[in-house]
Amino acid sequence: MATAKHTLVALVENKPGVLNRMASLFRQRDFNIESIAVGHSEQPHLSRMTIVVDGTTTMVEQVRKQLDKVIDVVKVSDITGDDIIARELALIKVKATASTRSEIMQVVDIFRANIVDVASDSVTVEVTGDEEKIDSLFNLLRGFGIKEIARTGRIAMTRGGSSPLRVEKKSSNTRAKRQKT
Amino acid sequence: MKMTGAQIICESLVREGVEVIFGITGGAILPLYDALPQYPQLRHILVRHEQGAAHAADGYARATEKVGVCMATSGPGATNLVTGIANAHLDSVPIVAITGQVARPFIGKDAFQEIDITGITLPITKHNYLVRDAGSLAKIIKEGFYLARTGRPGPVLIDVPRDIQIDQAEFHYPSKVDLPGYKPTLQGHPEQIKKAAKLINEAQRPVIIAGRGVIISGAYDELKQLAETAQIPVITTLLGISCFPESHILSYRMLGMHGMAYTNMAIDAADVIIAIGMRFDDRATANVSGFAPHAHIIHIDIDPAEIGKNVRVDIPIVGDVKTVLDALKKLITSSEHIDWIQQLDDWRKEHPSTEIRNSEGLLPQLVIRKIHEVTQGEAIIVTGVGQNQMWAAQHFWYNKPNSLISSGGLGTMGFGLPAAMGVKVGCPDDTVWCIDGDGSFQMTIQELGTIAQENVAVKIAILNNGYLGMVRQWQEFFFGKRYVATPLSGPDFVKIAEAYGLPGLKVKHRQEVVPAIEQAMEYQGPFLIDFVIEPEENVYPMVPPGAALAEVLEAPKEEVITWQRQSTP
Repeated sequence: MATAKHTLVALVENKPGVLNRMASLFRQRDFNIESIAVGHSEQPHLSRMTIVVDGTTTMVEQVRKQLDKVIDVVKVSDITGDDIIARELALIKVKATASTRSEIMQVVDIFRANIVDVASDSVTVEVTGDEEKIDSLFNLLRGFGIKEIARTGRIAMTRGGSSPLRVEKKSSNTRAKRQKT
Repeated sequence: MKMTGAQIICESLVREGVEVIFGITGGAILPLYDALPQYPQLRHILVRHEQGAAHAADGYARATEKVGVCMATSGPGATNLVTGIANAHLDSVPIVAITGQVARPFIGKDAFQEIDITGITLPITKHNYLVRDAGSLAKIIKEGFYLARTGRPGPVLIDVPRDIQIDQAEFHYPSKVDLPGYKPTLQGHPEQIKKAAKLINEAQRPVIIAGRGVIISGAYDELKQLAETAQIPVITTLLGISCFPESHILSYRMLGMHGMAYTNMAIDAADVIIAIGMRFDDRATANVSGFAPHAHIIHIDIDPAEIGKNVRVDIPIVGDVKTVLDALKKLITSSEHIDWIQQLDDWRKEHPSTEIRNSEGLLPQLVIRKIHEVTQGEAIIVTGVGQNQMWAAQHFWYNKPNSLISSGGLGTMGFGLPAAMGVKVGCPDDTVWCIDGDGSFQMTIQELGTIAQENVAVKIAILNNGYLGMVRQWQEFFFGKRYVATPLSGPDFVKIAEAYGLPGLKVKHRQEVVPAIEQAMEYQGPFLIDFVIEPEENVYPMVPPGAALAEVLEAPKEEVITWQRQSTP
């Protein structure tokens, strides 16, 4: 079966060691994480994670179920097939001289990225978008010489009013429904 | 009321109905031990090695269906528990392990006997806790016991820094737990149950494969009703043994690597498999690509992550086995499956799988059968791991519910003796036999000390062949009889027993077997018998590693004498 990148989103309890529990699970089951991004959610005691894994559908479904078993994971959902907004942020520090600086700025403009720092021999570009956009900008800037790059990994959300992570009061029913599919 | 952390732990254990704790004290858990005498309802059993404590708690939990509790100090005490915790994890056994930890100011400083036990046990516990203040102890213990025994049971570890055991806090035992990330599904989905019923009602060659989930859920009656209504042959996994009486006309006993040949053939020919509370372990399925090639599979399990993990499943039903079977049986129409059952019976006649060969020497299979005879099949059997375990599974007919306690998933040699001790402590009115190999037994032999001190009346049968026998068998079959690191010289086990103050007997001839077992049974207290068996006896049938279930090796024909199937009431 062909492998593909899958986007999982999870709500987890904001407790010490939760990230370790999830990372340990990936290692233990020999699943490969492409990226993982963690931050606050709309609820103060919960953090939100976006995990990108590469694998077959069966394998990723197993990942999802195993993650769901972690007691501190409140909910986890594979939103790959959904209509989603997925973004990543990158900071790229590019070598710049007086002669190349304006050319770099043109490229940055085309990508609707921003220059957030300028030094005598470099500029730092901030860019937001999907991985492809960031990869293309990176490839264009490579000609000038990249000094450093930092990427956040993907964060994602479904479009429209509903949320796959909405925690329902009777979540045992929703699980029973889910097993049908 | 204010109490010390140690008192809060004890109060909480009492509220959880704990009666017995297996453990060893030490520096970082001293304050907790110091509080124990204030709670005489908590019986503490001092084991000789912490691995024994975890296995004893495991055996106790399996036999009593309560949560088993073990305790250890920090560092080496905690790491010695690890094998036992892993064992409980793989066999879904509810135990709570409480470990001492160095005081909070020392954490992360590589202090004396400091080890990150919550880190170490992360992948082998259902959940674990490092307690950060005395005020959270009661809540954590409440949650720990709840997690251990509900849903798919499993081990929980609670690591308590030494200063927290001394700190004072208000004690209030919570009546409820609040775990938003933990909601086990108990009810099966009605649509799925309907689909399953349809498939079962239309099946021509159905079989049930029942696992330990049936025992955990207490679904003995529901399983029996399903099997009898639809006349479906019942096959069990190793850990499913004793979930269905093996003398029942529909019982076709154990499948798998050392399962019955006819059983494996039945799986191979089946058109519908109803897998209940089992997880398609590779020792049960053999090569999965050749597993049940003609069957539609219905899988009932409480753990959604088990569905489709090893074997493709046509109708998954996530839920508690008892609840699901209860709903399912209402939709099942009665059937007869006369031809199919006749076929299985014919296979059983042609491939009885439990023949014993003609031998002058003492055969282990005979020993097990005699234990069965003398105890009238009423004993609880606890095994080590290896050949002894397989012979115990094959040659004892289990009719009493939950009467085989064995290490399945982890295959932990050394499980037998401490687990048998836990079983006997939990079920003092039952006859408990520990059937062990000489290799397995020597891994936890020190627990003879505990058994002697506490007078735990376990009967011990060592099947002594002077080898790590199962590995030797693999070497004989697959490694050109090169017996590397398997010949094993043991001590005189009877003298060892004597040194611990226990009576024992050495048995070398078949005619001494029954009198020895009878003597052990009559003796009020622990008793050891060293059965010196044929050193190179093999376990048959055997599915070679990598082969499919139907490609089963049977005992060489010329060697066997016919042994009639045990008829038990």
